[in-house]
Amino acid sequence: MDRPLTRNIHADRRPIDLRGYRDNGGYEGLRVGLGLSPADCLQRIKDSNLRGRGGAGFPTGLKWSFVPMGEDCSPGHKYLICNADEMEPGTFKDRLLLECDPHQLIEGMILAAYTIGADVAYIFIRSEYHIAAQRLREGIVDCEREGLLGDNIQGSGYSLHMHVHASAGRYICGEETALISSLEGKRANPRAKPPFPQVSGLWGRPTIVNNVETLSNIAHIIERGPQWFNDLGLTEDAGTKMYGVSGRVKNPGCWELPMGTPIRTVLEEYAGGMADGYELRGFLPGGGSTDFLTADHLDLAMDYDTIGKAGSRLGTGTLIVLDDATCPVGFVKNLMDFFAQESCGFCTPCRDGLPWSAQVLDDIENGQGKPEDLDTLERQVEFIGAIGNTHCALAPGAMEPLQSALKYFRADFEAHINQGCCPWKARQ
Amino acid sequence: MNEPAPSLINALSEAELAAIDAEIAHMPQRSGAAIDALKIVQEHRGWVSDASLAAIADHLHMSAAELDGIATFYNLIFRRPVGRKVILLCNSVSCWMLGSDCLTQQIRDRLQIDFGETSKDGEYTLLPVTCLGACDKAPVMLVGDDLHESVTEDRVRELFDQPGAPNG
Ligand SMILES: Cc1cc2nc3c(=O)[nH]c(=O)nc-3n(C[C@H](O)[C@H](O)[C@H](O)COP(=O)(O)O)c2cc1C
Ligand code: SF4
Ligand code: FES
Repeated sequence: MDRPLTRNIHADRRPIDLRGYRDNGGYEGLRVGLGLSPADCLQRIKDSNLRGRGGAGFPTGLKWSFVPMGEDCSPGHKYLICNADEMEPGTFKDRLLLECDPHQLIEGMILAAYTIGADVAYIFIRSEYHIAAQRLREGIVDCEREGLLGDNIQGSGYSLHMHVHASAGRYICGEETALISSLEGKRANPRAKPPFPQVSGLWGRPTIVNNVETLSNIAHIIERGPQWFNDLGLTEDAGTKMYGVSGRVKNPGCWELPMGTPIRTVLEEYAGGMADGYELRGFLPGGGSTDFLTADHLDLAMDYDTIGKAGSRLGTGTLIVLDDATCPVGFVKNLMDFFAQESCGFCTPCRDGLPWSAQVLDDIENGQGKPEDLDTLERQVEFIGAIGNTHCALAPGAMEPLQSALKYFRADFEAHINQGCCPWKARQ
Repeated sequence: MNEPAPSLINALSEAELAAIDAEIAHMPQRSGAAIDALKIVQEHRGWVSDASLAAIADHLHMSAAELDGIATFYNLIFRRPVGRKVILLCNSVSCWMLGSDCLTQQIRDRLQIDFGETSKDGEYTLLPVTCLGACDKAPVMLVGDDLHESVTEDRVRELFDQPGAPNG
């Protein structure tokens, strides 16, 4: 099986340095790419059908094509930003790529920046990932020394300066326009779109924000071609994907598998199935802001369209498993507390709505719930969950686990209300 | 020996200024370095006091109120003193399922502190944090710069039961 993203990643998670990376064929993609025009590079990425791995699955080539090029672009900087803020609950894939193979990301970023004509690149990394940040900083210095970054890269005439920016916390920084606000030294409030960052982003200049995993794919696609990348996927979607499983399974972890691998394969073959004595109740397929799926969905392919049609989202591709010893109301309440806390406070439905949802869930969980509370939650889902009622996607994302829990685990909510206590706590 | 604690000094040190100016150098405006500057000063002084905040604001040509609005937005900028090591305990969903609440309780009992508090000996401050990106090793926590994975009760005992620690 071809696993381009993790070919340098070993079980002991030791990092690979510039020398090791080059010895294993690294920076060959850069050599190929700098020999092509930016337009040809863009075409390769478009033809590869690569979709953004940050959660939304937006086609990467299409996103890049909105950046004004050549004479269409006013003079000044253009920026490429790598989103390494990874804070979505249950998501632990970017950390692996950042810590173990920093040069794969740096090479992908140089090629991405070359394609869109950016002269400055930032890696926006959450503060807690200090080991990854250190390795990236060292990687950048090594590249500068060998002429892979800086002025006139490899004699191509193309120049790029790359910086690591360590964040200061808050989940909302991962939202791309909030990230841009934060990089400008401000509070991380999201911005209205349009204008889209591709046209007016960091400091009002054209800016592309991509996820770590997205950018880690770029050098491979440029080097080996779009057809190769398309062939990696088992379904319509191209490439491989970093899948992960956490919760009470035998072997929690993160694996690179072909895009479209069935959920059952990930859960049973790689994660080893449920831990002894526990049964599967459901799972969030792609992090804390995706809708629950259940055992009925195990044979679905883990790709954007299939999971979307089943009523959820592929999201970050990291499954969170809910077992039968865990209270579903408590599970959703934990997530709602998180989203309420992380609201940036800019718009009312999110700032005031999420704490309200959290309070209702808290009442139910503590046996103080009333039957009409379920209607209240349904109304909140409808209003706060509607795209367009809030300024960014945080609040609608917060409603996804709740709305599907009300569908699949309604009896458990009702049991809390009828019995006046949490049946799981009562059992302990 | 009677020097005031660095957090109470108004003036930024040369090292702090050099680091901040290096950030300002690649920004179109000085205030762009606000978060970097807060982090640099916190690195040197442990936290950002009112005096430190005023000095940074002055250097960035912005008002202290505006800078405080930024500082208080971010959970990893400390506007109150913290212990020598900050414990960032993940309370997101995968860690919660695997017992982060018990872990929290155990640490509270051992160090006699609640979330947001610092142990009497000034060693530890306990804070909750969102998913640390190590959910396959839940429950996890950062103690200072060290990530502890699959934390058990025994591990907590080992970590915090040094001589002199409360209940130790
Ligand atoms: C609240 C919120 C948090 C987000 N956090 C992240 C994150 O930590 N990392 C990430 O890559 N994308 C995150 N995103 C998605 C980004 O806004 C953006 O879509 C993504 O970085 C684009 O990269 P891609 O096209 O390569 O997927 C978040 C979105 C929202 C609404
Ligand atoms: S939805 Fe929430 S996080 Fe997004 S802008 Fe509104 S208040 Fe801020
Ligand atoms: S939920 Fe604790 S590390 Fe992810």
